[in-house]
Amino acid sequence: MPGAIYAEGLVKTFGDVRALDGVDLDVPEGTVLGLLGPNGAGKTTTVRCLTTLLRPDRGKAVVAGIDVLKDPDAVRRSVGLSGQFAAVDEYLTGRENLQMVGQLYQMRAKAAKARAGELLEQFHLTEAADRPAKTYSGGMRRRLDLAAALVVSPPVMFMDEPTTGLDPRNRQELWGVIKQLVSGGTTLLLTTQYLEEADHLAHDIAVVDHGRVIARGTSDQLKARTGGERVEVVVHERERIPDAVEVLTGFGKGETTVEEHTRRLTVPVAGGAKLLAEVIRELDTRGIEIDDIGLRRPTLDDVFLSLTGHLAEVRDEAEANGIAADAKGRGRGKEGAK
Amino acid sequence: MSAVTGAVRVAPPGNPIIRSIRDSLVVAKRNLIRMSRIPEMVIFGVIQPVMFVVLFSYVFGGSMTVGGTTDPAVYREFLMAGIFAQTVTFATAGAGAGIADDMHKGLIDRFRSLPMARGAVLTGRTLADLVQTALTLAVLAVVALLVGWRTHTSIGEVLGAFGLLLLLGYAFTWVGALIGLSVRTPEAATSGGLIWLFPVTFISNAFVDSSRMTPWLRHVADWNPFSATVQASRELFGNPGVSQSDAWPMQHPVWASLIYSVLIIVIFRTLSVRKYRSATA
Repeated sequence: MPGAIYAEGLVKTFGDVRALDGVDLDVPEGTVLGLLGPNGAGKTTTVRCLTTLLRPDRGKAVVAGIDVLKDPDAVRRSVGLSGQFAAVDEYLTGRENLQMVGQLYQMRAKAAKARAGELLEQFHLTEAADRPAKTYSGGMRRRLDLAAALVVSPPVMFMDEPTTGLDPRNRQELWGVIKQLVSGGTTLLLTTQYLEEADHLAHDIAVVDHGRVIARGTSDQLKARTGGERVEVVVHERERIPDAVEVLTGFGKGETTVEEHTRRLTVPVAGGAKLLAEVIRELDTRGIEIDDIGLRRPTLDDVFLSLTGHLAEVRDEAEANGIAADAKGRGRGKEGAK
Repeated sequence: MSAVTGAVRVAPPGNPIIRSIRDSLVVAKRNLIRMSRIPEMVIFGVIQPVMFVVLFSYVFGGSMTVGGTTDPAVYREFLMAGIFAQTVTFATAGAGAGIADDMHKGLIDRFRSLPMARGAVLTGRTLADLVQTALTLAVLAVVALLVGWRTHTSIGEVLGAFGLLLLLGYAFTWVGALIGLSVRTPEAATSGGLIWLFPVTFISNAFVDSSRMTPWLRHVADWNPFSATVQASRELFGNPGVSQSDAWPMQHPVWASLIYSVLIIVIFRTLSVRKYRSATA
């Protein structure tokens, strides 16, 4: 039985750009899937296809048990979407925004008003409720946007880069909100460029690149695939790098990578803390001074690097899915993403 | 925050027409609230036509021949129907800019992800603009009376003229809506929404007697939908300078004005709603 969010072979092209090149997804009910990838990988386009904002050229999509292509209106009644930008009317107050969304979800005016009050309280916006959203901080706007997506407590939620552009404190706060939401049984698909975020919030992670899901699993599974731990050394003197490489390669089970400007050497190892002690002794014996040494477990960054051959950074300006490229041209929303 | 997933059921869709009207009114209310919070927009919207009234009647007034006389007072009476019509059409640019702004800010995405009636976002916007246009027109009519404009017909005819003017304005906001949906930035919508209005309002009988134009231009002016409404208002106000042209819209201006406006609404509403549905922000 397919999950609460199910997609099979989604294809979407914009002119020459193949934004989605056969995306398959299956999110079991009540779980969180983190859709991870760089800008232009197809994350936003996937969300837009699943929330009826875009019609895929090919493929199948079922959300909350409803065929997205056959009955988009029923899908709209069952999903909440929180986009890349806080999509609230800045001249309306927080309360007016939520009330409007409630009414457009076909709630009666009175019910929409009551629900708006509830949500404002839940999202700690009661004090600011009757001020125009224009006066809100970035974090408050995101919370208001999220509240708008939750007006009808939809069983399925989509969040497109919910914390992009937020400062660390606001990000932490929003994570808390999302965790609480999920603990209530909502199925969530979350896109992010922050590996830490996916690690933190998602049960399952799907890594997308060039419009395809290139890997899938729990954070631990993906890390295991990358191959265990590695030793990282920062050498004090640039001249001693070659010597240190020799030492590390001797202990490692793969090639040593060198970052010249930071004097940082990394080598995959097997053997844990005991091996680390041996490395330190050997470096000491040869008189190679070090600034830092450590045993590192793989991060999702490593996973991404090993899967795609490039880091999960903002790849280039050419956003494949059109909308985000457009948004960048308009110079808003993405600040802090890089 | 444990009650985040409190049970709120979404009602199944009821009668689509009622739903469409209801949703449009919700969106219209939103736009009216916005307007009330940005009063400078409304104020500029009023100042501009008032400026036109003053400039045209005092700068051009003395050198214009209308109905065989160069009396500036006659020109002022002649002019008002033209200025009224111009004012309602200029509201178009506001609609376009507003819709482009909503797209720009991601609000259209929010609306499109909601189970609301398809045309409601646009209808709500155009209705709010209609309210603003009516306000502007009311202020303008007072200014017009102050500079000497008078009507010479029944109250019913005068109201009929204002009705036709508002209908024309409403029709043109749908053109503005389409422009707003088609451009990338609100700035482009503002200028794109204005440019085409100059030929439309000037190649007409609004400010000059079109019978004195070169023949091909006169044909354009006579068949211009804008001219039909100007002619109809002039006739219904009992103001001087009604065109004697034998072009059909000039002979039957009230009907022509109605037909043109309804046609524009039908065509541009259809195109706009289609564009909205496929809008990619």
